[in-house]
Amino acid sequence: MRAFHGIARRLGQRLLASLPALFGVVVFTFLLMRVLPGDPAAFFASGPNAGPEEVEALRREMGLDQPIPVQLLHYLGDVARGNLGRSLSTGQPVVDDLRRRMPASLELTFCALALALSLALPLGILAALRPNSLTDHAVRLLCTLGVCMPTFVSGLLLIYTFYTLLGWAPDPSGRIDVFVSQPPEVTGFLLVDALLAGDAEAWLAAASQLVLPAATMALFVLAPLARMTRASMLAVLTSDFIRTADALGLSRRQVVLVYALRNALLPVITIMGIVFSTMLGANVLVEKVFSWPGVASYALDALLASDYAPVQGFVLLMAMIFVMVNLAIDVLYGVADPRVNVG
Amino acid sequence: MTAPLLSIEDLRVGFSTRHGLVEALRGISLGLHVGETLGIVGESGSGKSVTALAVMRLLDRAGRISAGRISFRGQDITHAPRHVLQPLRGAAMSMIFQNPRAALNPIRTVGLQIADVLRAHEPLSAREARDRAGVLLEAVRIRDPLARLDAYPHELSGGMCQRVMIAMAIACEPALLIADEPTTGLDATTQKTVMDLLSETTARRGMAMVLITHDLGLAAQYCGRIAVMQQGLVVEEAPPHKLFGAPRHAYTRRLVAASPTRQSTIASLLPEASAAPPAAPAVPRGGRLLEVRGLVKRFAGTTAVDDVSFHLDAGESLGLVGESGSGKSTLSRLVCRLLDQTAGSIRFDGTDIGAVPARGFHRNPHRRDIQLVFQDHGGSLNPRFTAFQSIADPLKLLAGLGEGEALQRRVGECAERVGLPAELLGRFPHQLSGGQQARVGIARAIAARPRLLVLDEPTAALDVSVQAVILALLDRLRREEGLSFLFVSHDLNLVRMMCQRIIVLQAGKVVEEGKSDALFAAPRAAYTAELLAAIPHFAPEPSVPGTAG
Repeated sequence: MRAFHGIARRLGQRLLASLPALFGVVVFTFLLMRVLPGDPAAFFASGPNAGPEEVEALRREMGLDQPIPVQLLHYLGDVARGNLGRSLSTGQPVVDDLRRRMPASLELTFCALALALSLALPLGILAALRPNSLTDHAVRLLCTLGVCMPTFVSGLLLIYTFYTLLGWAPDPSGRIDVFVSQPPEVTGFLLVDALLAGDAEAWLAAASQLVLPAATMALFVLAPLARMTRASMLAVLTSDFIRTADALGLSRRQVVLVYALRNALLPVITIMGIVFSTMLGANVLVEKVFSWPGVASYALDALLASDYAPVQGFVLLMAMIFVMVNLAIDVLYGVADPRVNVG
Repeated sequence: MTAPLLSIEDLRVGFSTRHGLVEALRGISLGLHVGETLGIVGESGSGKSVTALAVMRLLDRAGRISAGRISFRGQDITHAPRHVLQPLRGAAMSMIFQNPRAALNPIRTVGLQIADVLRAHEPLSAREARDRAGVLLEAVRIRDPLARLDAYPHELSGGMCQRVMIAMAIACEPALLIADEPTTGLDATTQKTVMDLLSETTARRGMAMVLITHDLGLAAQYCGRIAVMQQGLVVEEAPPHKLFGAPRHAYTRRLVAASPTRQSTIASLLPEASAAPPAAPAVPRGGRLLEVRGLVKRFAGTTAVDDVSFHLDAGESLGLVGESGSGKSTLSRLVCRLLDQTAGSIRFDGTDIGAVPARGFHRNPHRRDIQLVFQDHGGSLNPRFTAFQSIADPLKLLAGLGEGEALQRRVGECAERVGLPAELLGRFPHQLSGGQQARVGIARAIAARPRLLVLDEPTAALDVSVQAVILALLDRLRREEGLSFLFVSHDLNLVRMMCQRIIVLQAGKVVEEGKSDALFAAPRAAYTAELLAAIPHFAPEPSVPGTAG
């Protein structure tokens, strides 16, 4: 009960504390978009031969003839009402576009993170149990490869190997095979929706599409997670309470998994939050390579088209996710470490 | 005589370090019978902890038993693999450690940790293990044991953590308990209760105990036999009264002399150096230097210092005694103007320095008059500063000396005053021994010619022989430089030797104040008497373990 109160209070404080940062992000991206070269009115005028009057009219319609502070005020008012504007390239409200595409990005990121953790934790533990052994060096090599290879290279390599050469993976085009009927949309997460609909075929189709991009992302973030696990395990394994556990005859299994690992996970939890946020942003290349209909590729397309609203919406969304992830990590940390709520 | 419970024969342990193999144990032999208590005494680096860890086979990766034999109940365990050792550890031989809070898993409740030990050796259900854990907590006299089962180590005091540790160690009724500095870092009264508990528990259950300590008095009080170790060798082994009555080895003699007793004086701690007696107090006493009135400091809800008043004359040495949490460190920080008081006044040499906010006090001309010597000498030196730079720092900041000959000369002078060889001035803290670090810290404190030195447990981290040297040095400095001391310590005995007057603090309040000798001979407050009784001491006559004190 006491712990719960502590967590709730901290959550409230953190949410309040994040409001100025979010406001800053909104203003900053707005200004940034305005100073970037490119004239959306000229870009979206009906054709290359549109006359200056037509562009001018369009500009007035978009409100771009107003002074920047006025534009900013309008924009802030809209954001406060939950209106992020309309995308000029898709013609849809940005909120709708993001809502439709967000599950794709989240599903990919979650799966990639789960995959990365399920690899990184055992590898990190193994490496820490036998430092400087062959296992340790092998893990180090794998991590180095994952980090030094850009995701579009490793993604392409994976596609080449598993799709082109071996033919194990389906073609890298979107979230689900076009010939498989999509499960009815409930959450937007195809794996979940397929499960809810009890559609095994759709689930398999979605999962097989997901494997390669998720593996690409996972490889990219394997290094920080595995290295952190290793370092933190190494430190914990030499601590006094591990020696106590050994001195009192606890089994190796219990010493490593219960005493060492649970303590070693604390810093890994922190890193996990950072990794997750990085992944959402860094998704863009993977989404491009695998034609994944996520928010990152959407924002990139909009940016290239000088389409302000989606980019601003995307940045705001990322900032909000960052805040939420940090909150979640905070809660998780509070649960994992009883010392946090004291004082 | 039956076969010994534990026998160590010609044990050699080496550690591979960056500078090659270092021998930590150079052939030691010890034996221990069922129900016996053996004290292993020595200074840091003597190999006493390594001996314990070697017996438990808990040496870290770098350490290796290179020769010799350890047998437990006749079974050779010198090179036994983990599956042989694991059933022995905890069930037949247990160990408790220094720093009990770190020795417990910080994110597991103590009940579960005790249950883990029980279930590692006996087929118990979680429920049964929890019940047994509750009984054990009661056995180590933890109040409200059932509620404490769900406590985390950080919610318990250091003494309580050590009791939990003892409960874990005795959970499966082992025949041998090794206690490695079990009370270092605990208060004197806590030390006494923990040691009494240990000796009673082991006696009642017929367990043999090895007590490893740097404190001769403690070993003498609680052990039937004492082995003195120096540089990886056992130099002498005898019952306490023999060891203290007629020490044979020169090192034992030095150690015995350096260990403070109720009768010892600064000079008697260093019998060899007493040939050159310190100069008589040449500086004339005179005038109030410090006058503290009604000092109060509150931290979020708790009152650390509660209406404390005292005074200190020029050239005088005042002791501030109390256990952890008594507010003595807070009080010393207030006097040094590192903290702002909630209420009260601090007058230094007639000026109200209490009115100067702590934040701006570094610009006050009195900053150089009040200097500090810290407990953790290594930690209080900048690791990137050489000894010279550390000593020169206050001279540059407070005395306005620039780089140049004057600075060189003054640093050299200070180093000489504290007995720091000039060739060590270029070294970094990690290249200095504990005693040398202490000297640098003291030289730094006296560099700007302060009038008041606040010493916060200046010798708590030092070996007794080094402590004796540092105490003598401080005492001489005070007399020769006419310094005033505010000497903060939990050790009444040290304060008695170093100070003319003593203030005893409890829970932020002054419970007793008086002349050292009078206070020691006839304490008025019950708390002072309790503190006095808790000082471990050895009597020259034979003493019965567990009853003295």
